[in-house]
Amino acid sequence: MGETLAEKILSAKSGNNIRAGDIVIASVDLVFIQDTTGPLAVRQFRESGLKKLARPEKTAVFIDHAVPSPTHTLANDHLVLRRFASEAGAIMSEMGEGVCHQLVAESLARPGDIIVASDSHTVTAGGLGAFATGMGSSDVAVAMGLGRTWFRVPESILAEVGGRFQKGVSAKDLILHVIGLIGADGATYKALEFGGDGIKEISMSQRFTVANMAVEAGAKVGLFPADDITRDYLAAQGRKKDYQPVSPDADAIYERTIPIDLGALEPTVAKPHTVDNVALARELKGVKIQQVFIGTCTNGRLDDLEIAASILKGKKRHPGTRLIVAPASRQVLLTALEKGYIQTLVEAGAAVLPPGCGPCLGLHQGALGDGEACLSTSNRNFRGRMGNPKSFVYLGSPATAAATALAGEITDPREAM
Amino acid sequence: MLRGRAFKFGDGISTDHIIPGRYTHLRSNLTELARHVLEDVDPAFVSRVREGDFIVAGSNFGLGSSREHAPLVIKMAGVRAILAKSAARIFFRNAINLGLPVLICDTDVINDGDELEIDLSAGVVKDLTSGQKLTFGKMPQVMLRILDEGGLIPYIKKHGDFKL
Repeated sequence: MGETLAEKILSAKSGNNIRAGDIVIASVDLVFIQDTTGPLAVRQFRESGLKKLARPEKTAVFIDHAVPSPTHTLANDHLVLRRFASEAGAIMSEMGEGVCHQLVAESLARPGDIIVASDSHTVTAGGLGAFATGMGSSDVAVAMGLGRTWFRVPESILAEVGGRFQKGVSAKDLILHVIGLIGADGATYKALEFGGDGIKEISMSQRFTVANMAVEAGAKVGLFPADDITRDYLAAQGRKKDYQPVSPDADAIYERTIPIDLGALEPTVAKPHTVDNVALARELKGVKIQQVFIGTCTNGRLDDLEIAASILKGKKRHPGTRLIVAPASRQVLLTALEKGYIQTLVEAGAAVLPPGCGPCLGLHQGALGDGEACLSTSNRNFRGRMGNPKSFVYLGSPATAAATALAGEITDPREAM
Repeated sequence: MLRGRAFKFGDGISTDHIIPGRYTHLRSNLTELARHVLEDVDPAFVSRVREGDFIVAGSNFGLGSSREHAPLVIKMAGVRAILAKSAARIFFRNAINLGLPVLICDTDVINDGDELEIDLSAGVVKDLTSGQKLTFGKMPQVMLRILDEGGLIPYIKKHGDFKL
């Protein structure tokens, strides 16, 4: 009987032929922590009695959420992480390098890997066919020390994608549409797998966007097969040897199949205060927006800045709408500088932040005032997410964000292209 | 046997509701962090909750981030179990890893302030106020063992590895 992507990867790493519902112990290929959950993981690691990292060269510490540090307490948390990385021999990613998930995608994750980390958006690496999932600090501390962890093998939901995106529509609209369809708990404990001919139309960067938000439907992983697009991406990153094809069996058993025609999708927005509260951008015309944020592990990559720059080129942001841009990594920032996207965005009125999580989680760099609304390319819009329970967060694509920054109200990007 | 009062919450209580990102600078000062537990949903919760009480919620409790600080501050507030119609995956595992049971049952029949008695091994919740009896779903063996040891870290300290 055939295996889904999730079953295939977990079978390979647990040494058993497993099925959805089984509990297995599997080796992990990469473990990482970041600066908001890492200090607790370090504390739990020391408390656990596990003395050494199982594989220091496959353990990474990222300082990306509170960068540069806004308070002395967070600066002290950063000290804890730097000291831990240095003593334990782990890979250290200093502030300014970028968001952990982007850096993992660029440099560390491989198709077929199992990756665990103390951040829910670890699922991002599923875009290149890695079984990557978020866990808490205790689980990650133990995985760092043992080099393995336990999993319940998830049932899989297949999103079977066909057709191609219309102009102005992107992967963000696809994943918001899927979450709206199945709900914020529609894939809880499950794998959300993407397949069908249409995935050939979805670039690597866009696959990361889709996989990144699988967790917003409750999924344990968001998975794409590793194919030619994956191979070309890894080759372009100088990691040709990290590629191996990974695909589900033709007779794999899915709990549910959701057919999706990319061509039927329109620019989509999640309204406050839940990610599954979706509407079409054109239906929200007239909703005033005081801040637009383009960035994060969801949509802070080069193609995201490119589409935003193409819409904003030679124009100015609406006077009532602030524009914040945070590239997801140093590599993204450098390339965006070379290509002139940053120049275009700054000329259009953007404030550019260093690579990192920026204002996404509400701890600094763009908290909202009472009654204000933000259109963000990030992944969460829970009440209080961007630093103020009296504010409103709408989620949309970089194209929708750029069009909204120009108009001062939520705007279908097709009007601005 | 656990006994305490029910504090009712609705559906979709996220980790941002439980402990907002704006308090990230307090994450290494847990006592101070715990003063803000659930304040965006119920500002009075932290002053009313007592050692031994329960959170009784709707569906998808704990959705969102992987922050283990969320179940940690709930536990620090004195809560001894969470009852919910369903719970998000990472939160569920994090709570168990801290020795805080999350029991999946039909919470509609429990009212705010009801006195509850929970028999973890029998899988039964008794609502002493209404007289109703509820059963909750079983969790995997590995989680029961972790819960028995008071959480994942004490479990690993004792056993050194996972035993399925």
